[in-house]
Amino acid sequence: MNFASPAFWPPTTQEIVFLLLGVIAVGSAVLVVTTRQLVHAALWLVVSFGALAGGYLVLTAEFVAWVQILIYVGAIVVLLLFGIMLTRAPIGRSADLDSGNQIAALVVGVATAGVLVSVLVAGFRHAYMPLTPGAGAAKPLGSSIFRTWVLPFEALSVLLLAALIGAIVLSRTDIRGR
Amino acid sequence: MLDVVIRLAIIVAAFLVLPLLVGQTEHKVMAHMQSRLGPMYAGGFHGWAQLIADGVKFVQKEDIIPAAADRTIFKIAPAVALVPYLVVLIVIPVGDGLVGVDLDAGLFFVLAVMGVGVLGAIMAGWASANKYSVLGGMRAAAQLMSYELPLVLAASSVAMAAGTLSLSGILDEWQWWWLPWQALGGVVFFVAGLAELRRPPFDMPIADSEIIMGPMTEYAGIRFALFMLAEYAGIVVLGALTAVLFLGGWHGPLLPGPVWTLIKIGVLAFVVIWVRVSYPRMREDQLQRLAWVGLVPLALLQLALTGVVKVVMA
Repeated sequence: MNFASPAFWPPTTQEIVFLLLGVIAVGSAVLVVTTRQLVHAALWLVVSFGALAGGYLVLTAEFVAWVQILIYVGAIVVLLLFGIMLTRAPIGRSADLDSGNQIAALVVGVATAGVLVSVLVAGFRHAYMPLTPGAGAAKPLGSSIFRTWVLPFEALSVLLLAALIGAIVLSRTDIRGR
Repeated sequence: MLDVVIRLAIIVAAFLVLPLLVGQTEHKVMAHMQSRLGPMYAGGFHGWAQLIADGVKFVQKEDIIPAAADRTIFKIAPAVALVPYLVVLIVIPVGDGLVGVDLDAGLFFVLAVMGVGVLGAIMAGWASANKYSVLGGMRAAAQLMSYELPLVLAASSVAMAAGTLSLSGILDEWQWWWLPWQALGGVVFFVAGLAELRRPPFDMPIADSEIIMGPMTEYAGIRFALFMLAEYAGIVVLGALTAVLFLGGWHGPLLPGPVWTLIKIGVLAFVVIWVRVSYPRMREDQLQRLAWVGLVPLALLQLALTGVVKVVMA
């Protein structure tokens, strides 16, 4: 994984596109939490997820990018919008969207980002990977998950299955109290 | 470079022509199934130019935006509904090697982008500031959530059979006996796709007799026409996908490949129209029941069948 450190100047087209996608992803994510319109927040989330998928694409992780769109934009945001529209979805600005925990949330968010970024920088500062087209295609991804990483995969499956059964138990009213 | 430009130009032309053909066919087929004639005057011969005349009318009409609406979202919703279907057409192979772009994970690309199209209906429903529209948008969201699962499961059965996610790759592997082998998955895919398009009998989100026109209630003029175009483009895309995944796409005797693809899309579009005329609208609980109790187990059964045959053959 250790290749010669590449020159950062002049930046390649991929690097410029990647940076722009990063700016869009972070910018729209900030808008998600600062906008005063509830439904707009969910729609900015779509933009953020889309830019993230674009980032995966630039890193040749084609399969992950499409799954990101399919699951997050196609299912999660639709579920969010359904939930918002079912409860309350006023058009225009809402005055009561700010939580009293604003400051605490900001501190936790910045601290988490700080930990993650410093771990990444400390661990992978000198690790460079050449981007070969097709390296993130479905086939290499599948064989690495089901050959090298099959144990974590199975552990995650059990976790998801437990959550699934829990959701069914919680939502069924006819088996409560037994 | 020129090659790519020509391919994209052909795809855009097909995107503009095929939905209109399906729309005109729907006018005529529905009319004759109900012992009517349908449009007869526009253009002379059996009213062939009716949809062009409709288009001219829509362009001339006033573009009305309700005062209480969320103007930005209201304006971009038709584009969000329409553009995904154009993007999907780029990766659908129509003949041997005849494809806009051959993506390695083409199947997932198609399913992901089609899921985005439904956001258009939800956005339109919310932004109209109309209670009927919001109801329609919510129904559209609920419908998408339940039918996305059988759609993806049925499609992955074909991917398992072919051992690839590329649409061209699936067609290269295709054999005639896949027709009976994948028939169950094909039915599940087509029905779930019909539900994602919100076509009758799955048109609860736009149920005109109770919530007027659902998410499109407040739309007029060219924006309404774009929603209509999205519906018919959706029929073309669903027909093309079902043909490619379950009916062998361009495979077929005697005739050249692209002709076979078009014939299969045409037959499937006819079935979509036929179903609209034949079945009454399903109630919301029946819709959800069909998805979770009917289609999901059938899709899982198809997956198991595909896996067993694949292991036995290997």
